[in-house]
Amino acid sequence: MEVAVKPESAAIRKHRPGFWQAGVLLSALLLALPVIVVFSFVFVPAGEVWRHLVDTVLADYLSNSLLLVVGVAIGVLLLGIPTAWVTTVYEFPGRRLFEWALLLPLAIPAYIIAYTYTGLLDFSGPVQMLLRSVFGWTAGEYAFPEVRSLGGAVLMLSLVLYPYVYMMSRASFLSQSLSMLEAGRVLGAGPWRVFFKLTLPLARPAVVTGVSLALMETLADYGTVQYFGIATFTTGIFRTWFGLNDSAAAAQLAALLMSFVFVLILLEQHSRRRLRFFQTSGRYRHLQRHRLYGYRKWSVVLLCLLPLTFGFLIPAGQLLVWALSIAEETLDQRFFLLVGHTLMLAVTAALITLTLALFLGYGRRLFPSRRVNFAVRLSAMGYAIPGTVIAVGVMLPFAWLDNRIDDAMREFFGLSTGLMFSGTLFILLFAYAVRFLAVSVQSVESGLARVTPNMDDAARSLGYSPGRVLMKVHLPIMRGALFSALLLVFVDVLKELPATLILRPFNFNTLAVRAYELASDERLADSSVAALTIVAVGVIPVILLSRAVSRSGVRDATPT
Amino acid sequence: MAFKSAVSTALVVAVLASTTVLASEEVNLYSARKEELIKPLLDRFSDQTGITINLVTGDADALLQRLQSEGRNSPADLLITTDAGRLHRAMEAGVTQAVTSDALLQGVPAAYREPNGHWYGLSLRARPIFYVKEKVSPTELSSYEDLADPKWAGRICIRSSGNIYNQSLVASMIAHSGEQKSEQWAAGLVKNLARSPKGGDRDQIKAAAAGECDIAVANTYYYGGMLNSNDEAEHQAAAKVAIFWPNQSDRGTHVNVSGAALTAHARNRDNAVKLMEFLVQPESQSWYAEVNYEYPVRDGVAWSDLLQQWGRFKSDNLNLSQLGKYNSQAVMIMDRAGWK
Repeated sequence: MEVAVKPESAAIRKHRPGFWQAGVLLSALLLALPVIVVFSFVFVPAGEVWRHLVDTVLADYLSNSLLLVVGVAIGVLLLGIPTAWVTTVYEFPGRRLFEWALLLPLAIPAYIIAYTYTGLLDFSGPVQMLLRSVFGWTAGEYAFPEVRSLGGAVLMLSLVLYPYVYMMSRASFLSQSLSMLEAGRVLGAGPWRVFFKLTLPLARPAVVTGVSLALMETLADYGTVQYFGIATFTTGIFRTWFGLNDSAAAAQLAALLMSFVFVLILLEQHSRRRLRFFQTSGRYRHLQRHRLYGYRKWSVVLLCLLPLTFGFLIPAGQLLVWALSIAEETLDQRFFLLVGHTLMLAVTAALITLTLALFLGYGRRLFPSRRVNFAVRLSAMGYAIPGTVIAVGVMLPFAWLDNRIDDAMREFFGLSTGLMFSGTLFILLFAYAVRFLAVSVQSVESGLARVTPNMDDAARSLGYSPGRVLMKVHLPIMRGALFSALLLVFVDVLKELPATLILRPFNFNTLAVRAYELASDERLADSSVAALTIVAVGVIPVILLSRAVSRSGVRDATPT
Repeated sequence: MAFKSAVSTALVVAVLASTTVLASEEVNLYSARKEELIKPLLDRFSDQTGITINLVTGDADALLQRLQSEGRNSPADLLITTDAGRLHRAMEAGVTQAVTSDALLQGVPAAYREPNGHWYGLSLRARPIFYVKEKVSPTELSSYEDLADPKWAGRICIRSSGNIYNQSLVASMIAHSGEQKSEQWAAGLVKNLARSPKGGDRDQIKAAAAGECDIAVANTYYYGGMLNSNDEAEHQAAAKVAIFWPNQSDRGTHVNVSGAALTAHARNRDNAVKLMEFLVQPESQSWYAEVNYEYPVRDGVAWSDLLQQWGRFKSDNLNLSQLGKYNSQAVMIMDRAGWK
C-alpha cells in the first residue's frame, strides 16, 4: 500500500552533525556559483538597452519561450505516458523491443534532429521534391507545413525529450503495487478509471520530474531554435550579449529566465509539499500483463511505433545515409581520438556528478531545513541554463581565482602558476557538474524516496551512523536509481556542446564539437559521421538504462 | 606541518605549470575558423618551421570572452576570427596588441587591416546577391538599396538578423549612408521577404532554386561549396542561380574578412607573428580560394578557376573597423525593422 507520511521523523532530526550540513551548504553554494555570477549582474545599469528590448523584441522572447514550453510539455506527456502505460500493463507483439527502443531518441541531440528533418522536409528536400514531381505542383500551389517554425521546434524537442517522461513514469508504474490496482478493479472501476484515478495520481511525482527535466532542457536549448529562426529567451540572451555587445543586459535576461524556472520549481514543490509517497507494502506481486488482440493489439503497436520512428529511426536513418557517402574520408586516427576524448569526459563527468548528487540529496534528506533545501535547489538549476551562460559563469570566477593565485605566487615566490583551474579539464568537468546536477539529483531523490523513513529509524536505532545507513541500507536499495543517474549524465555529456566548445583545453575535441563545426558550416553530410557516432555510443547506455528500469520493478518484489 | 606541505605542493605545481608554458617552440591559437578550414594550413606551417601550434576552435564571441577573463595569464598568442567586427571588439576590449612588419604591410591592403596593426585580414568574404536565372534578369538588379524597392515584394530570401554577416552588412550601410536611411532600408527589405528568415546561407540559395523566392543574399563560399558538393540536390540548386555583384556603380559589393590579432599578453610573440606572416604569403592566400572559395586579401595572388568564372568585381573599400563600430546600432535597427 502507498501511504502518505510526514517527511521528517524523530530519529532523523535528532542527529545533526554540523560538518555534514556545512559541507552540503558549501558544495551546493560552489555549484551555484555560475547562477550567482549571473545574478550579480542584476544591479549593473543597462537602462537604454532594456528600453530597446522592451520596445522591440522582449514580447516575442517571452511569448515564444512560453509557447515552446507549453507545447513541449503537452508533447512529452502525450508521447511519454501512454507508451509507458501500455508497455507496463499490456502484452503485444514487440513489447520487449519497445521497452528499450522507446528510450532511443534520448541519444539524439536536439539540434541534430532539427538539421535532419530540415534536410528531409524543407522546400528543397526530397519529400517536397517528390510531391512536386508526382503531382506536378509548383511553388505556392500547395500548402506544406513548415518545419522551421515554432510548431516544428515543439515537435523536434518533444521527439527527443519524451523519453524522460516515458522512463520516469514507467519506473513508477512498475513499482506500483498490483494489489492496489486489483482493489480498484474489485471496487468496480474500469481500466480507464483505475488509470486516471489511481495510477496516474500516484505516478505524479515521477511524471512531474520527467516533464521538468524535459522543460528545463527546452529552455536551455539554443541550437534548434536558432536554426529555426525562432526568437526565444535563449537566443535573445546571445543576441543581446554578442550582437548588442551588452553583457550586463544579457546576464539580466538570463537572470530573468532563471527566476522563472526557480518559481516553477518552488510552485511544483509547494503543490506536493504535504504528501510524500513511500511504498510500504511487502506483498508485491509481479504484474501479469494483459494480452491484447485484434485491432487493439495493432493500435498499441502503432502507438509505440510512432515516437520510435519519428524520434529515432528516421533521423538516424538520414544520418546513416549521409555518413555512408563520406565514411571513408572521415574514419581516420584523429576520429578515434575524438571518440576516446568524448568517452573519457562523459564517464568522468557522470561519476563526479553522481557523487555530488548523492552527497547533496542525502544531505537534504538528513537535514530538510529550509536553508539546505534552497541551496540544493539553487545548485540544481543549471539544467535550465544555456550551456554558454554556464560556461561563462564558471569561467569568470575561476579565471579570477587563477589570476589572484598567480599574482600572489609571483609576489612571494617569483613564480607564475598560470591558469591552474580555468586552463585545464577541471573547469570543463566542473561546468558539466553544474549543468547536469539536476539530472543526477532527480534520480538520486527518486531513489531515496524508495527508502522509507522507517528504515532509517530502524537502522539508526540499531546504532548505525548516517554514513553507515547510507552504505548499508540506502545504496543497495537505490542501486537502480544511481545507475540511471550515471547513464543519463553520460548521455547528456556525450551530446553537450556549448560549454565544451568554450572551456576545452588546447588540441582537445569531442564528437559533439566535431559534428557542430561541420553542421554550422552548413555541411550537414560531412557532420553526419560524428553525429551518428554520438547516437551509436549513446544507444548502449540507453539500452542499459531501460534494463535498469525494467528490473527496478522486479527488485521491489524481493522483500527487504 | 600541514602548511609546509601545502606550500611545497603549490610550488611543485607552480614549477610544473611554468615549465610547460616555457617549453619548446610553439604558438597557441584561439580560432573562430573551424578546424577543417585552418588545420591543413597550420600543419603546413609546422612542417616548414618546426613550430608546434596548439589550437582551440570556437565561436568568436566566446573565445573573446575567454581571452578577456583569462587576462594576462591567457595562454593564447593569436586570435583568429571570421569577421572584422569581432576583431574590432577584441581591440576595444584591450586584449590585442599592435604589430607591424614589412611582410604584413606588404601582404594586406590598408582597407583590410586595422590602421595601427591591431589586426590583419587573412581572406576576403563577399556577400553578393544571387538570382534565379530563369526568373530574374541581371538588368533588374542594381544595389543592396534596391532590395527595399516594392518591385521585390515577396521575392527575397535572407537569413536571420542574428547572423553576423547580416549585422555587418547593415553596419556597412550605416557607415555609408547613416542610421536613418539604413533603418528605412531594413524596413523595406523586411516587407519584401518571401518568408520569415530561417536557416543558413545555403538554405537561402536552396529556397531560391526551389522556387520559394527569386533572389537570395549569401556569402560566395557557401555557393562555391554547393557547386562542388557531393550532394546532387545541392549541386543542382546552385546551378540554377547566378551571382550578381551589387553596387558596382558606387561603393562596391560588401565584403568582410577573416583575420588575425596578436594578443596583448602573447608569450610566443615572435612565433605568432611568423604565423601571421605565413598566412598572408601568396601560397597560403591561394589556399583559401581553392579550399573554401574565399578571395585572397593580397593583391596579385592568382584566383582559382571557379572564382575567375564568377568574375572580377569592385568591393567596398570601407575600412572594416567600421563594421565593429556600428554593429550594435545595426542590431537595434534590425530589431526595430522586425527583421527576425
